[in-house]
This record gives sequence, C-alpha cells and structure tokens, in this order.
Amino acid sequence: MTQARRHDRRPQPRRPRWLDPRGRHLGTWAFVANRLTGLGLVAYLYLHLVILSTLLRGPEAWDGLVELFRRPVFLTFDLLLVAGLAFHGLNGLRVALVGSGLLVDWHRALLVAAGILVGLVTLVAAVRILA
Amino acid sequence: MNAPRTVLLKVFRSGPDDKAPRYDQFRLTAGPRTTVLDALLAVRRRQDPSLAVRHSCLHGSCGTCGMRVNGREVLACVTRLKELGDPVVVEPLAGAPVAGDLVVDMEHVYQRLEPVGRPLVRASERAGKNDGKAGPGPVLEGLERFEDCIECGLCLSARPVAGDPRFLGPVALAAAERVLEEPRGADPRAVLGLVDDAHGAWRCHTAFECSAVCPARVDPGAAIMRLRGRLLRDRLPRLVGRYHREGRS
Repeated sequence: MTQARRHDRRPQPRRPRWLDPRGRHLGTWAFVANRLTGLGLVAYLYLHLVILSTLLRGPEAWDGLVELFRRPVFLTFDLLLVAGLAFHGLNGLRVALVGSGLLVDWHRALLVAAGILVGLVTLVAAVRILA
Repeated sequence: MNAPRTVLLKVFRSGPDDKAPRYDQFRLTAGPRTTVLDALLAVRRRQDPSLAVRHSCLHGSCGTCGMRVNGREVLACVTRLKELGDPVVVEPLAGAPVAGDLVVDMEHVYQRLEPVGRPLVRASERAGKNDGKAGPGPVLEGLERFEDCIECGLCLSARPVAGDPRFLGPVALAAAERVLEEPRGADPRAVLGLVDDAHGAWRCHTAFECSAVCPARVDPGAAIMRLRGRLLRDRLPRLVGRYHREGRS
C-alpha cells in the first residue's frame, strides 16, 4: 500500500472538484448551487453593511446611492439576490429534512418542488421589482 | 449506426518509474457492443502490453473494473463505447491512490469496512470447513460482504468533495446502516459510536451522487441519511433530558 501511494502523482486540479459539476446528477448541481448562493449571500451581507455605512455621510450621500440602485442593472442584481435567497432557503430546508432522516426517499421530488417554488418567487419578484 | 467505427482512447498512464502522469492515445475499431473494458484489453493485447487495468467477471458483478470514463464513474465492463463520444478519456477513480495506470489501491475501503462489522452473512449461511464434501471450502471464510454492495469504489470517487482521507465514506456508512437495521449479533451501540463523528455520517454533503453512480443500487446516500435520522432520534431524548435536569437545578 505504501508503495502504491508513492506512485500516485496525479496533478491537483486547478479548481476545487465541487466547482465542476458537469456530467453530474441533479443532487450535485443542487449542492454546488447551494454553496455558491451561500457564498454570494455572505458577500452580499458585508456589501450591505458597507452600503449602509453611507448613512454616516449624511442624507445627500444616501439619496444619491438610492438613486443609483434604481437603475435597471442594479434592479437585476436585486432579482438575482431574491432568486439566490429563495433557492438557498428552500434547498436548505430540503437538506435539513433529508439530513435528519425525514422524507429521504423523496429527496429528488423535494428538490424539484424547491426549484418550482424558486421559479415562482423569482417571477413574482421580477414583476414587483422591474414593473 | 451499428457499423464498426474508429474510436480514440485517451488513457491515463502513471507507473512507478514515471516522473509525471500522462495521457496516451490509442485508436481502435469498436463495434456496437464493444465495452470500454473490451477496448482497454484490446489495447493491452495489440498495442501496449504494459497498460495496467484490473478486471475479473466481465459482467458488472465483481466491481473490480471501476474507473472514470469521460469524467463519470462507471464499471468499464458494462459501459459501451457507442454510448460515449469521441475521444473517450479513461482515468482511474478519484479519492484513492493510484497503484498504476487505471488501477487504484482499494485497501482503505476494506479497512473502513472492518470496524462497522462488514460480515453480515449469517453463521448458518457460511461455508463450513472443507471436509471433502461438495461446496465451497474454508477459503470463503471472512470474505463475506454486505448485501448488494460490490465494493467497486465508484461512490467514493463520485463524491463532490473527495479530499478528506479521514471520511469513513459511503461504502462503510451504508454497511453500518445495514448492521443497525439487522444487527445479527453485532453491537449496534459500537457501530453508532463509530459513525456519530464529524468524519462519519455528518461529513456527507447530501448530494446523492454516490447513489446515482452505484451500479448495484445500494443507495448509500439514503443509507447515510437514515443513519443520521437514527443518530438524531438517539441524541434528542438525551438532550431534552439534560435540558430538563439543568432547568430544575
């Protein structure tokens, strides 16, 4: 065994394995999406705090920023945020249920249901935000 | 569609004398029923006898020819070339050390199976001592395995996060779940203690890729989730009891 291990000279992949779900099944895609949306939401939380700190520079600075964020490109980011939040929350609920030994045989159906709900939430948000 | 076609195989190569791994290219003619293993054995027979590839039964029941083909974990003996594109990239399984070319060292899989009580075959079903009567002899003693798992290692390779060598892995965890379902004399408490660990049942990422690639339909992902459910049911009364005790004092 020691000798066999010495022969293993496979190069380390340039990016983490989990970042490449090509050719994988639905569950792995959901896992990757959950991680990416989680990282995105953490990044947004800090960005949000930085943006809120503009209030310290007075109402003019804040109003200017709000005006900027009403542009379509930023509203699209808002929509992306809602979709990411909905997916992370609903898929997290699925993972918590299945990971507690509940509805284990329904994990695929739960994922499909979560996907449908995310689509609906995003659609409603699109109408409300972009209209 | 059924006419023979020429296929390009890109095969991972790594031997004890190689400084770095490489991909060798082999062209061969494949018929509609030619499998990846057929092609590799043809390469070894006609083009490069040094190619290391492991196989045994040739019909998907021994689990020795597990490998990655075009990035997916498969048993090479039941995967037909016509179902794949061109070129076909053949690599050893991930998450296990390469012994040579397409062969990986599976010792760590077997080592993890031992403490969870792998022998699940009833004592009455075991082959007896070879007393000259018909039937298998004592060579089978200790080689039993749990239910349908063929210990091919595809599940270990398919995990989205396969870097932690301390992880018990889907094979051992699925075996542990079977022991708990049907202890057959084994001590369930010891098995529960073994899997109730950050590198045990709680290390799984709930992607179910292990179940998706399992050729024996063992569904190790679901087994791990059932294990977690059992651990929670086991822990919850103790946690509630402690909360009540601390509340009263």
